[in-house]
Amino acid sequence: MSAVPELIVEGPGTGPADVPAAKKIEGRNPWRLAYERLRTDKAAKISFGVIVLIIVLAFVAPLFTKITHHGPNEVFSNIGQNANGGPVPPSGLFWLGTDASGRDLFIRILYGIRISLLVGVLSTGVSVALGVVFGLAAGFLGGVVDAVIARMIDVLLSLPFLVVALTLAYRYGGSLWLVVFVLGFFSFTALARIVRGQVISLRQKEYVEAARAMGARSWRIMFIDLLPNVMAQVIVYASLLIPLAIVGESSLSFLGVGIPPPTADWGDMISDASGYYQFGYWWYLFFPSLALLGTTLAFNIFGDSVRDALDPRGSTYV
Amino acid sequence: MTVTTDGDVILEIENVVKHFPVRGGVFRRKDYVHAVDGVNLSVRRGTTFGIVGETGCGKSTLARCIARLYDLTSGRIEFDGKDISTLSTGKMRPVRREIQMIFQDPYGSLNPRRRVGSIIGDPFAIHGIASGADRKKRVQELMERVGLNPEHFNRFPAEFSGGQRQRIGVARALAFQPKLIICDEPVSALDVSIQAQVINLLADLQSEFGLTYIFIAHDLSVVRHVSDQIAVMYLGKITEVTRAEKLFTTARHPYTGALLSAVPVPDPDQSDRREQIILVGDVPSPIAPPSGCRFHPRCPKAVQQCVTDEPALESRLGDGPDHLAACHRPMAVGENLHDFRPAIDSSERIIEVPGSLLPDDAGAAPADPVRAQAEGSDA
Amino acid sequence: MALLEVENLEVSFRTADGVVRAVRDISYHVEAGKTLGIVGESGSGKSVSTQTIMGLTRGAQVSGRAIFAGQDLLAASSAQLQEIRGAKIGMIFQDPLSSLHPYYRVGWQIVEMIRLHDKAMNKEQAWARAAELLGLVGIPQPERRVRDFPHQFSGGMRQRAMIAMAMALNPALLIADEPTTALDVTVQAQVLRVIRRMQELFGTAVILITHDLGVIADVADEVLVMYGGKVMERADRRTLFYQCHHPYTEGLLQSLPAYDSSRERLRPIPGQPPSLLTPPPGCPFAPRCPYVMDRCRTEMPALDPAGETPGHLSACWLPHQSAEREQARRQVMEAEPAGSTGAGA
Repeated sequence: MSAVPELIVEGPGTGPADVPAAKKIEGRNPWRLAYERLRTDKAAKISFGVIVLIIVLAFVAPLFTKITHHGPNEVFSNIGQNANGGPVPPSGLFWLGTDASGRDLFIRILYGIRISLLVGVLSTGVSVALGVVFGLAAGFLGGVVDAVIARMIDVLLSLPFLVVALTLAYRYGGSLWLVVFVLGFFSFTALARIVRGQVISLRQKEYVEAARAMGARSWRIMFIDLLPNVMAQVIVYASLLIPLAIVGESSLSFLGVGIPPPTADWGDMISDASGYYQFGYWWYLFFPSLALLGTTLAFNIFGDSVRDALDPRGSTYV
Repeated sequence: MTVTTDGDVILEIENVVKHFPVRGGVFRRKDYVHAVDGVNLSVRRGTTFGIVGETGCGKSTLARCIARLYDLTSGRIEFDGKDISTLSTGKMRPVRREIQMIFQDPYGSLNPRRRVGSIIGDPFAIHGIASGADRKKRVQELMERVGLNPEHFNRFPAEFSGGQRQRIGVARALAFQPKLIICDEPVSALDVSIQAQVINLLADLQSEFGLTYIFIAHDLSVVRHVSDQIAVMYLGKITEVTRAEKLFTTARHPYTGALLSAVPVPDPDQSDRREQIILVGDVPSPIAPPSGCRFHPRCPKAVQQCVTDEPALESRLGDGPDHLAACHRPMAVGENLHDFRPAIDSSERIIEVPGSLLPDDAGAAPADPVRAQAEGSDA
Repeated sequence: MALLEVENLEVSFRTADGVVRAVRDISYHVEAGKTLGIVGESGSGKSVSTQTIMGLTRGAQVSGRAIFAGQDLLAASSAQLQEIRGAKIGMIFQDPLSSLHPYYRVGWQIVEMIRLHDKAMNKEQAWARAAELLGLVGIPQPERRVRDFPHQFSGGMRQRAMIAMAMALNPALLIADEPTTALDVTVQAQVLRVIRRMQELFGTAVILITHDLGVIADVADEVLVMYGGKVMERADRRTLFYQCHHPYTEGLLQSLPAYDSSRERLRPIPGQPPSLLTPPPGCPFAPRCPYVMDRCRTEMPALDPAGETPGHLSACWLPHQSAEREQARRQVMEAEPAGSTGAGA
């Protein structure tokens, strides 16, 4: 008998099932596998590229201000407006034309990216945080906690989003943080439900039993054991939440309860532009809409690819 | 009464009962699954206590009751002199350092999304024993001790084979330096050639650390090999308990006899020589266990007393205090169960289904009128 | 004349990680009315070979021949295979709950199969036959039970119902793929008894695939030992257990607790089962073999006669004469008196 057991030879063996297990990809990190799948997805690469481009543009917006000497809120009442007081079309001076107030549309669209991305990401973050916490608690702790959270979600779902948004905006005035929290708060319920469902099926697993047998506290089991197994679904849902939040923000601004002017904001622009479109000032409506569409589409496509990468056969585990 | 051997008693289980409520159907009748229905046993320090039984016998539930993963419906568990039957989660926490568990499924007992080093390091983290570099060092020592490459600290469970994953489970249980390890079918899911490796590992660890094992398995030959004492469970009760070898040489309970005869032996001559008792039917549901002795519907030796009186777990036929059986008509040495017919009407033993390939045995005439009865459904 | 003759069967699968060579050039035969036990651990290829013969593996690259009653099954069209499956070759699997359709009555599933192949029978006759079959496998009140759903049967009963279904048309060959692995030991005994009695009654040949050597000792006439996609040894039952030749067979037997009722340390086979992705050129067992020689790592030994019993074949470079083989065994036993916790290579 060897005093020190000899080291196991490298090389994975196969599982208890016969060949079907041998067909399974062996010896790989679940996150790496997802990454590999993502890497070979053409749609993912293109949409990711677009997203990166959008983010870069958001950062270098001031650079464009420098180049064109047009600030986002600078009003050019003489050259930026025509005889009737309406916007001027795209030209060498104003690359995408101006808006009704005579501001450089292109620059404003660029700065608008910041708002959209900021709200998109932040509100999704709020949704994820709330959804994960409530979903974990409801699913794992069950009983009274689950019942209370379920009722709370029911109440939330019956609140009309826009009415609440309007009311809050009226009471506290529109602002970035208001928008972030309103959007985040109204979007977490679906995520909470997803997480809760996952947790309910996972809490019977033997590794959860093992954790309890070791004396782990509930919070530890929830966040250290269960959360990583739920993360995949959370990421998928979050990646689809971002474009929803962007559109949501634009909608709020469109209705006038979002970020207050003069901050460059696509929804605001679109709202204003819709009144000018009938007079033939098409660029004012067209370009911000295009920006919104393009951004949302890129995130949606990327989100789809993320979901395919993390959840290849619709099964939970990689 | 309990079976005694050398060494002091580390675990004493008295009349433990665990019932699970079953949500009733339309009529909302409160049914219970009688998973564990009054179990007594005591385990000596440093020994291995084996528990065998088939599906529905309650051995896994009993294991989880001992580990206090379930609350007891009633009964008493005393561990190392301390009554842990009704301890709260908080009070139970320090006790958990001393009672650990190894699970059956090498694929389900490890969190697939966590790295192995983190999994094995859990005990240190949960109880605040070690952290950082110290924790890592101790984890790697444990990995080495169970035969894993400590460099694989950062790998995920999916990158290991079944046998290796089971070793990870062992390492995790060992981290606490517990006194008692409950092994719930630790090798059942492993390949035969790997089973022996893990069994040897467990034996080594036992002698090195003075561990006490409760070893649960359905494979009788494995249990025989590792155990000092063995208890046989059936439908939530212990039917027989004795020293390992005695169970195989002088089984008293007919169920034990049937089990032993049904176990396939890897020896053609022995296998040919045996007359197998084919127990007819499947284990009845633990929701509505039979009256009296729970085995009576399938027992070749059943008499009316078996239907009405539940037999106590005590020494029979002149056995010493180390061999207990719960049977009104225990088997004497040399008795052949084939020679018996149940003398009750409610027996499920089918003597003859016309044209069946499963006659009770080769052509012997029944002593009493019997009738074929519906077999118990589902498990 | 063998009922089923498998020649040079090779089965590979393309996966994201490369080509998995599940079965590598194996040949065996099954005699009519006899039971061939195929024993092996996970990854040995034991299930794949029979599944492939029955045409149940999709997306596999297959080569070789499998001649059954004069016809090569591997070259047969799916229509031809459809005819053979059920009628001439019956199959039962490990988990009867997933092989019986949960939404249809048990009797209906049997009836469906009967009527698929025997157009002459009408519905009443088929149902009567189904009930008769259930009674045959020892299910009581078969006329009543035949209308039950699978979930109303217990595990052992389901497996026996599967056997009834497989035997409904009196096939010449029954392939049982780990039929008792998921069952309790007393239920297992019942199922094996039924299979044996069926064989006696109908003269069916049986291929029984399992990892349990105890089951093999119980029911097999001939035994095939597989490892890493290849056949390591073939022998009749007694020869395999008492005079085996191949070190893998020997290692398997020695690692069983039941084999040696003393409570000494077990003698496990050290190491891990092999990866099927890039099998090494030589014998797949070489990394774990206590008798390994240089030749073993580079050259795959052929399946040649070994020992004195006719029909005993072994794929090993060790001397095939019993006396010399025994000598080699003694040498190895002396060098390594007791088992390890079995890591290393």
